[in-house]
Amino acid sequence: MTDVIMPQMGESIAEGTVTKWMKAVGDTVERDEPLFEISTDKVDAEIPAPASGILTEIRVQPGTTVSINTVVAVIGAAAAASAAPPAPAPQPPSPVVPAPPAAAPPAPNPAVPTAAPVSAPAAAPVAPPPAPAAPRPPAPATLPARPTPPALAAPALVPAPVAPAAVPAPPPIAPPAAQAAPVVPPPPAPPAARDDARPQADMSVDELRQTRSSPVVRRIAAEHNVDLNAVTGTGISGRVTKQDILTHLEGRTASAPPAADVPAPAALGATAVAPAVPVVAPYRPGERVEIIPMSPIRKRTAEHMVLSKRISAHVSTVWEVDMTRVDHLRQKYRQAYQERSNVKLTYLPFIVKATIDALKAIPVLNSSVEGESIVFKKDIHMGLAVALDWGLIVPVVRNAEEKNLLGIAKAVNDLAERARTKKLKVDEVQGGTFTITNPGVFGSLFGTPIINQPQVAILGIGTIEKRPVVRDDAIAIRSMAYLSLTFDHRIVDGSDADRFMAHVKKGLQEFDENAL
Amino acid sequence: MALLTYLDAIRLAMLEEMQRDPRVFVLGQDVGAYGGAFRVTAGFLETFGEGRVIDTPISESAIVGAAIGAALMGMRPIAEMQFIDFISLAFDQLVNYAAKSRYRWGAGVPIVVRGPCGGGVHGGPYHSQNPESYFMNVPGLKIVAPATPTDAKGLMTSAIRDPDPVLYLEHKFLYRRVKEDVPDGEVLVPIGKARIARPGSHLSIVSYAAMLHVALEAAEAAAAEGIDVEVLDLRTLLPLDEEAILTTAAKTGKVIVLHEATRTGGPGGEIVALIAEGAFESLDAPVVRLAPPDTPVPYAPPLEEYFLPNAQSVGKAIRALYDY
Repeated sequence: MTDVIMPQMGESIAEGTVTKWMKAVGDTVERDEPLFEISTDKVDAEIPAPASGILTEIRVQPGTTVSINTVVAVIGAAAAASAAPPAPAPQPPSPVVPAPPAAAPPAPNPAVPTAAPVSAPAAAPVAPPPAPAAPRPPAPATLPARPTPPALAAPALVPAPVAPAAVPAPPPIAPPAAQAAPVVPPPPAPPAARDDARPQADMSVDELRQTRSSPVVRRIAAEHNVDLNAVTGTGISGRVTKQDILTHLEGRTASAPPAADVPAPAALGATAVAPAVPVVAPYRPGERVEIIPMSPIRKRTAEHMVLSKRISAHVSTVWEVDMTRVDHLRQKYRQAYQERSNVKLTYLPFIVKATIDALKAIPVLNSSVEGESIVFKKDIHMGLAVALDWGLIVPVVRNAEEKNLLGIAKAVNDLAERARTKKLKVDEVQGGTFTITNPGVFGSLFGTPIINQPQVAILGIGTIEKRPVVRDDAIAIRSMAYLSLTFDHRIVDGSDADRFMAHVKKGLQEFDENAL
Repeated sequence: MALLTYLDAIRLAMLEEMQRDPRVFVLGQDVGAYGGAFRVTAGFLETFGEGRVIDTPISESAIVGAAIGAALMGMRPIAEMQFIDFISLAFDQLVNYAAKSRYRWGAGVPIVVRGPCGGGVHGGPYHSQNPESYFMNVPGLKIVAPATPTDAKGLMTSAIRDPDPVLYLEHKFLYRRVKEDVPDGEVLVPIGKARIARPGSHLSIVSYAAMLHVALEAAEAAAAEGIDVEVLDLRTLLPLDEEAILTTAAKTGKVIVLHEATRTGGPGGEIVALIAEGAFESLDAPVVRLAPPDTPVPYAPPLEEYFLPNAQSVGKAIRALYDY
């Protein structure tokens, strides 16, 4: 005898509503077979039978909401069927995915309108799932990824272009250890062997692009003895672009020798070996959607964010900083700055200054990883993330370590203004060595920002607000902020990060008035 | 320095040359008493008199023919086509006489044939054309198409001083819409030399005349998205500055050729062929041509707007080429 209970679909979910029973009392059930459907705050789902046997009892009818862990039904041993009608032909086990409603390959059964994956109607013998040839609606077929701007280490991912739902077994991933680029999900069309022996007239446009790319790429490949098969392609049809092969060459000279059959054990460099990412359909046929192509800035941001997560070992540490002194100094000098230099004195210049000082003290936070080396950057080019209507942009204050507070305030004002009016030059959004971002401006307590490659740390400023705190065993009201540092644990250890943050905290809490 | 419109610059160049060289004179319909349909020669009749500012009958063939004759006799005529669209009536004079005179008889024909070309002004099919490609295939002619006031002045001066026939295409859309500081005194822009209007690294746009400004506008918009577009202003269409074209193609590997003349048989084909021949090994993508469709220039404003390339359509091509 097995109790079937209302499952907990998410941490904060306390109850669920039964919406449908796929089996009737007396039916045979197989373990893992879809038994009933529920609806919760977060997700609707199909719940599989926890055991095989006969459904002896249904205690909760469709439309009823019960707390989690409530027994909703009982499955008895097969022999204990009580006056049940002979079970219909046993259902073949279907691939059941209880939670996320996203469809795995085989196309979903269009007869089921809910978010659930393939399910068989209770009594009918079920044909094998429809052949995965169900054509996907023409999604943006090749949203070719863009090669990253020169500041970033490696080309971006190719989002697996759309193909019929059956993704063939991904080809084995064997990036040469030397390859600087992260391995991308395989193109679904069986990638052309890039074997030039086949007559070109026989090849499709896609294959031609993959095998022959373009004149300049062929020329560079020939000059440097590069096999195009070994290079990740981010251009149309997955072809290798000029930027791709140039980046590949950079990576090749940086790390050591050529294509090993066995990838070197977790090379520390920019190589981020990604397991093949299974294709998860973003929507199903018949679902009401509006498809809007991403703007270039959106595409780049998307690519960079996943790339960064793959490259770095992201860890965040959160520190509480008393901003009362900075607040006081701000109030005291704000007008003077405005009148004398026409500069708005916000919290940011203070934070930038404290950060610069901390970077000087713990320089590993101002570095990059190259292969198996740490590249300490002698100059501090401070990136400041700005959220604009059309996307995220990070203008850079170059040589911030040479500036005093006024200089920093001016640079901050100027860059923000020009970011908003689209007057930044290309080299002003490149080459940063550390980034500061401000999730607090929208009210967030603190964030866990993603590192801006090829940097190794990013500082997030939470909202600055008055809070009660304990000072000298009494409650005081102080202007407080949470500062969160996300750092790359490949080369920055917790102790470095915390020493750094301690320095920043001290720098802000004991800000030197002479600096103003 | 003086802030001049494109039209002012053309006028000033002719004025200064007429002052400097008594052999220079203007002829065309309404250039004298009326001052020119677009006022380009306003004040010339008063300044130089009937001998040097000649109102002609409505006969382009006669205008150019007379200019050729005067040039053979040692003068330096500037013949105006009231709308360049009507240059087709002077085709024989230009192609069979002006262009071949030096080759055939050793006698140069130093004429300038100038007129307003181009659309975007609701001029309709007969007042909006761009005739450069008919003449690009004629050895012996030179063709210039400035996009800026400085180039307008400099190229007019160079054209007048050139010992051979020069077709000077002034884009009417730019007449009063484009203004810039032009250096005082003599401004000489060499015929046959292009100019980098905007340096860039990701892809190139090769263009001229009114479309140059469209290219620049699209390039600015692309810059905000992180795409760095180089823009080459051809300035001269015959002879094309092959070196400049190949240099920009080799630099970026991705090229858009943009012109307002219609697509088939337009100058774009010639430029793309040059790039394919001379910069093939540097290309990272097929060369793209952007030009209006193969129809007469529409009169109805929504149709004309659809017909002409604009910053949005160029922007789309930029993004597609960047993604290639």
